[in-house]
Amino acid sequence: MECLDTISDYAFRSIGFGERLLPRTDFTLCQQFTLIGSGMIWNVYFGVVALLSGFFLATAVALGKAARNPVIRKASEWFIFLFRGSPLFIQFFFAYFFFLSLKSQYDFFDPFTAAWLGALIVLFLNTSAYTGEIFYGALQSIPKGDTEAADAYGLSGWSRFRRVIWPTMLRLAWPAYTNEAIFLFHSTTLVYFSGFPAWGQKGDALYYASFFADKTFNPFVPYPILAFYFILLTLVIIGIMGRIGRRLNSHLPQDAKRPKFRFRPQIIR
Amino acid sequence: MGFYVSFGTVLLLLAITAPLAMTFGMGGAMAARSRVLPLSWLGKGYIAIVRGVPDIAFFLFFVIALDQGIELLRHQIKCPDWPDAVRQGNDFIVCAQAKMPLGNSPQWMHETYGFFIAVFTFAIVFGAFAANVLFGAMLAVPRPQVETAESYGMTRRQTFWRIIVPQMWVYALPGLGNLWMVLIKATPLLFLLGVEDIVYWARELGATKTPQFTAYPHGDWRMWYFLALLVFYLAFTKFSEFILERTMRRLTRGQATSGGEAQRRAAG
Repeated sequence: MECLDTISDYAFRSIGFGERLLPRTDFTLCQQFTLIGSGMIWNVYFGVVALLSGFFLATAVALGKAARNPVIRKASEWFIFLFRGSPLFIQFFFAYFFFLSLKSQYDFFDPFTAAWLGALIVLFLNTSAYTGEIFYGALQSIPKGDTEAADAYGLSGWSRFRRVIWPTMLRLAWPAYTNEAIFLFHSTTLVYFSGFPAWGQKGDALYYASFFADKTFNPFVPYPILAFYFILLTLVIIGIMGRIGRRLNSHLPQDAKRPKFRFRPQIIR
Repeated sequence: MGFYVSFGTVLLLLAITAPLAMTFGMGGAMAARSRVLPLSWLGKGYIAIVRGVPDIAFFLFFVIALDQGIELLRHQIKCPDWPDAVRQGNDFIVCAQAKMPLGNSPQWMHETYGFFIAVFTFAIVFGAFAANVLFGAMLAVPRPQVETAESYGMTRRQTFWRIIVPQMWVYALPGLGNLWMVLIKATPLLFLLGVEDIVYWARELGATKTPQFTAYPHGDWRMWYFLALLVFYLAFTKFSEFILERTMRRLTRGQATSGGEAQRRAAG
């Protein structure tokens, strides 16, 4: 099968394995599917790593914004404002040129100008800010009864946070957090469209989609393929997050009113 | 010079897009509410489709599709007896008279055309989001208000224009404000659409485009240009937040919401 050859040639093209030369003429549907799918590796990588690492910083930022200490509170507020108030695009551009100018002085910053690390840091900080705001909102709406019960049991400090506040916060924030996760995966497409160059034509899904659109002058094939992959990814995310959400809510009566997930995409960061 | 003009381009885009998107939004929401089924499907379909397709893919796709669509339409009208197929393999060829704008028109025509294509795209996309917000706000107007209007014998149309529309803004404003913030942040996308906006100039100025070449007479200033853009957007966002907050306070006055109630208590 010709298509199997294409898949074995290009399935891992985006991370530098397989055939080095991209197709030049006679673009087949199979090539487009394979290469755009290959690019998805990067989108998944950026999304997963940024989401997992951002989760912890987000919790810290949310607690910081709710803190009584004005220095910590102001710092968290400004962190959130800085990353939520400016376009992700500009953040990528700025970070890239910032790392570039650091690199010219210290060799240590060499990997930071590559997308796999530099863009990841930006996405990590960005999602931390957005998620921090979501978690802060959830923190504010924890039922008073829950914390009173914790106090009545004599819980305080870390164990109070770990056993009562944190699980409740996650439970309340989960639907919004699911949207944020979807939204983050969508915004990973911006990485190679802003400052960060795709060395050796190793780019993400949108990079290959626009490559094909440029080469064939026909946007009606590659972009729907891209959309297809992203819809698939979105469904996977909803599935996984839904399972975790059910687990977070499993102690509640099954017919009780619980936060429900509604798909609410936003268009751009 | 172009760098400063480009700030104007961004502000102009916002100034034109916002009312246009509101018009689309209002149209979409009214269509979705309509009792005529096809119209209601049209409105709901518009909201669902545009909101469902994510991100910049829509911008990249829609601009080319719109451009080619217009040219195809003009081609059909102006050159009905064109012998060749328009889509030859990978090429898209229309006759010279159908080119939009015409090949011999001056540079500024091309730029303006590109700008308006961008405005239209933004308006379509944000119109769908605005339609969704307005549709929700219309439903959020307390039911007794509508019932009272009906008991006074107002028609559906009168109820809509005299009762629902004046009251819905307080419910719509948070969503619309959010949308405005998103719109501000979406403007750097202009550079993807080929309009010479601030991102374009920040990339061009003080540096060549290739990142390998770093021996400038004055160092690489692009970092500072982008820092300036970052500050510009942050300041703009802060300013918008301030305005929105004031508007919200003005609108909640006398409304049967918890915000309005709090205001009444504080005053009285």
